Amino acid sequence: MAKDVWVVADHAAGSPRRITLELLGKGRELADAQGGRLVAVALGHPLDGLPRALGEYGADMVLSVEHPHLSSYSTEAYTQVLSELVQRRAPWLVMVPSTAWGRDCAPRLAARVGAGVVTDVEALWVQDGRLWARRPMYTRKVMGTVEYVGDGPHLAVVLPKVFAPAERREGRSADVEAVAVQVPEPRARLVETRSLQRERVSLTEAEVVVSGGRGLRGPENFALLDALAAELGAAVGSSRPPVDSGWVPHDYEIGQTGKTVSPTVYIAVGISGAPQHLAGMSGSKYIVAINKDPNAPIFQVASLGVVGDLFQIVPKLTEEVRRLKAQG
Amino acid sequence: MDVVVCVKQVPDTEQPIRVRPDGSGVEEQGLNWILNYYDEHAVEEALRVREKHGGTVTVVCVGPARATEALRTALAMGADEAVHVQDPALEGADHLAVARVLAETIRQLRCDLVLCGRLATDDNASVVGPALAEYLSLPQATAISKLDISDGVATVEREVEGGVEVLQVPLPAVFTVERTINEPRYPTLPGIMKAKRKEIRTLTLKDLGLEPGQVGAQAARVRYSRFDPPPRREAGRVVTPDSPEEGARLIAQFLQETAKVL
Repeated sequence: MAKDVWVVADHAAGSPRRITLELLGKGRELADAQGGRLVAVALGHPLDGLPRALGEYGADMVLSVEHPHLSSYSTEAYTQVLSELVQRRAPWLVMVPSTAWGRDCAPRLAARVGAGVVTDVEALWVQDGRLWARRPMYTRKVMGTVEYVGDGPHLAVVLPKVFAPAERREGRSADVEAVAVQVPEPRARLVETRSLQRERVSLTEAEVVVSGGRGLRGPENFALLDALAAELGAAVGSSRPPVDSGWVPHDYEIGQTGKTVSPTVYIAVGISGAPQHLAGMSGSKYIVAINKDPNAPIFQVASLGVVGDLFQIVPKLTEEVRRLKAQG
Repeated sequence: MDVVVCVKQVPDTEQPIRVRPDGSGVEEQGLNWILNYYDEHAVEEALRVREKHGGTVTVVCVGPARATEALRTALAMGADEAVHVQDPALEGADHLAVARVLAETIRQLRCDLVLCGRLATDDNASVVGPALAEYLSLPQATAISKLDISDGVATVEREVEGGVEVLQVPLPAVFTVERTINEPRYPTLPGIMKAKRKEIRTLTLKDLGLEPGQVGAQAARVRYSRFDPPPRREAGRVVTPDSPEEGARLIAQFLQETAKVL
């Protein structure tokens, strides 16, 4: 019976990104429980030091595929390569990061190899010899428990920031196997990637998110949040009203119609806490809220709520954080 | 350009959603069933393609009898035709099976382009679109925020971590749309009246040459076993500080000592 747990690596410039480490952390535990190997799958061109790094983070084995069609993500190339690997080697579980490419690829891969697929996975466990997953539904108003049927392969598209990352240990190494796969020319062609310049830290990966709402009153006041975020190394987001009013671009939006984030700390500034917004951030470990309305619903979910004027508190908070950092 | 739009009827998640006490599902009583928001944007985009390039817009839905209303909404917006696949054997079908049924339905239609919403706001799965593209052996792009068509090639934009990808995709293709792609129109009164009189074609699995064993509950590779309300957040504390300085100090202290992010 299939036992191996695979992690398909998300990487940049030859290094695994944080979500890959989180999947390796959880994957290690599941592989041990199942008595199988933890296998990292690295697709790209070139891969540089990635296979070695994946070994340092605990993979027993690395399957690496380098091909010019894999130099950036392509639905067709990735699906082709992954489906061939899965069909040849029959893993028990394939963990895919819930990134733009992971969500694009995993369902297609599942359809091709006939694997059960669960997206937005927040928990994975083995019970009675079967694999189970838990995931948010109905914009986080319900948690669904899903059972995978059969012996695999099973596919799990895992949300960032839910599992503890694997730790790096120098000198630890994996067996690296370079696999040759035929990759046909993809029909869909990537012609351009435009980077969003403002994005210093990606919202979905940030450990701290500073987010503004209607209470900011205008686009110019987001500078207050930028200053605080710069001190905290945080990403800046918003609720829907600032986006609808054109104060910030759409990719700031957190909530039912925007992004879902689950940082260690979410700082909600001038956000009332409508259910549509809570749907996108209530998975955060801690929520700090600043609002002048003591009855704002955001205070019902806040770990720490401060009633007051954000225009006075936020600059003082930025100063205070700077002072504490200087003290070390 | 003949466009097929796949739609789903979902409970309005802006209303309260309650889990049944035995965890077997959500309380259906009092739910307000609507056309999935993302699908509304897909219908709108299809109508815009038709306005620019001519052709037809056909909406397709796999779902129980009540889902006819979602198709009527799409017709009222301006879609030309509607197909409803209804079969009791689809109770308990997983997303891959629904994609398979949609693929067989679309094979019977004239189709140069398939549009779906990026996700449905009930199960939030985002599985059907890419799986459908696979079953139809068509190229795909998911979560697109812009679509332009010229000479049989679509240029689409999709947001990725920290940027935007621009892809060129030869048609026919399957795209799932983000809500930023457009602002859906409201159905007009004449549109609503016209939609009421339009015939909705109903198909069963048999009409599609599919067996319940291929796409029903027996074929499901994942099975929902239980539903729970989300875990309650620990009750925090709410303070009204005497001064902005004190408020700032409390938060900084929290960040350093409790959250340990400083």
